[in-house]
Amino acid sequence: MAERVQKQKSNSERVEEEVVSPDGSSQQGEKLKAELDDLLDEIDDVLESNAEDFVKSYIQKGGE
Amino acid sequence: MAIVKVSGIETEYGIMVRGTESNPILASSILINSYVEANSRDTEHDIASWNFDDEQPGTDARGFTLESAMPPEVEMHLVNAVLTNGARYYVDHAHPEISTPECANAWETLTYDCAGEEIIRLSMAAANRALPPEVEMLLYKNNSDGKGNSYGCHENFLVARDVPFGRIVSQITPHFVTRQVFAGAGKVGSEMLGVSAEQVPYQLSQRADFFEEEVGLETTLKRPIVNTRDEPHCDPQKYRRLHVIVGDANMSQVATFLKVGTTSLILSLIEDDVLGSDLVVAHPVSAIRQVSYDPTLKQTILLANGSRITAIDIQWALLQKCVDYVGATGFESVGGEVIGKKIISLWEEVLTGLESDPETVSDMVDWVAKKRIIDGMKSRHGLSVADHRLKAIDLQYHDMRVEKCLAARAGLRTLVDPTDVERAIRSAPDSTRAYFRGHCLERWPDQVVSANWDCLVLDVGRGPLRRVPMMEPLRGTKELVGELCTQSGTLLELLDRLTIEK
Repeated sequence: MAERVQKQKSNSERVEEEVVSPDGSSQQGEKLKAELDDLLDEIDDVLESNAEDFVKSYIQKGGE
Repeated sequence: MAIVKVSGIETEYGIMVRGTESNPILASSILINSYVEANSRDTEHDIASWNFDDEQPGTDARGFTLESAMPPEVEMHLVNAVLTNGARYYVDHAHPEISTPECANAWETLTYDCAGEEIIRLSMAAANRALPPEVEMLLYKNNSDGKGNSYGCHENFLVARDVPFGRIVSQITPHFVTRQVFAGAGKVGSEMLGVSAEQVPYQLSQRADFFEEEVGLETTLKRPIVNTRDEPHCDPQKYRRLHVIVGDANMSQVATFLKVGTTSLILSLIEDDVLGSDLVVAHPVSAIRQVSYDPTLKQTILLANGSRITAIDIQWALLQKCVDYVGATGFESVGGEVIGKKIISLWEEVLTGLESDPETVSDMVDWVAKKRIIDGMKSRHGLSVADHRLKAIDLQYHDMRVEKCLAARAGLRTLVDPTDVERAIRSAPDSTRAYFRGHCLERWPDQVVSANWDCLVLDVGRGPLRRVPMMEPLRGTKELVGELCTQSGTLLELLDRLTIEK
């Protein structure tokens, strides 16, 4: 996503200064991906087992 | 000078019972009664009931009253408790609802909103202990069932009565249309008729689908972006209570703090007539959906002056105006320098992040945090946009069971110290009239006959019942009456000393 924003603004000098060195950004990217993987593992564990029943049975009356 | 933006949040929770047939009104009553009973010192005593004398939900801020057009807002026989922290906890239509006490600023409002979540968790645990093992009561802090039924999370702000209501409507609307970029709770799909999951797989706001008018009195049908209910719950000659129905219930503390804080600031500018009308939106109802349906945040909306601008750029312009304002006027109306600067710095941080890459603010913004999980699960399991599992994730993000709540796992930033939240479950804020209400309820629960926002009816043991009006939200504070309260041995003594003080 960040890459896309930078491409769109690539004619601006200010943005070029913000570009992270390829090493740093890929390390950061790996770290984020690993974090997300851990989060998704946890969510796979706690997610309601029958998603369809769960979603269908959640019926509310309008409020306020 | 703008007056202090006393504020509060009313949250209606979604409620579901598993393992038996049930109706939501009964379930909500069981929930609240379980809490009240578990927390009464003496289970024999009657909890103070709500006093309906000053409820006028049919009075319109534009200057007229709907006498018979609306049913009474609250049915008398439903559970309706006043808590020692100054909050109101009751059954509203078919939902349990908690109104925070009156708070003096956005930070306190956030603290009491967090306390409200804890009260719901305590209630849920108490109710489930009493229910048969195969039956389970579940609560959700969201605003829609995904099937076209919505329930609200309303904010309230104290505004000076002499501010022309038309100015509030036209100038606050740009904020209400665009603040969802950081305050939206996120939703899978759309509940608009004829809008498919392919067209809107994900949107910023739980509520944007449900707004049909720019301004009006309704809250359940044809919902307006600016609600005109004129029911100040304080001196009506001096004050209005702006009743904001456009927001989502937030799981993110940053989002709740910013939602209330930025709105308090902008209302201060409107009150002092320095906001101006250059950001007035041409078509607010379509714009609020357009912003909600665009997670790229790149689309522009049309302003009344004919120019086009992104939601984020409207937010940047509002932030700039607020920065200029506090530079000249200070932070007094929003709770002083520490809280005011926190609002400004978090606002700037969230807009900067949203503009560069929304994923960088997944610790602050609910719709981003939820979307990260949705997108991750979609690609991990190859799910289609209409898969039930995505809707289940959406719902479970707001689950009040800590062991099931996805928001609790999403890495959201915590602002408030948990010990402050713990205190706020039992005790009222020191800074508003809620202090006096809470103090009386804590010390003399059996003698508080009824209570509402602007009065207490007390039984001092002899003579007629005593009615104590509290028409000033910033009186009855710890600073003003704390010493009298703590030094008085009985309620009668306190009332006598208060009368002499006057």
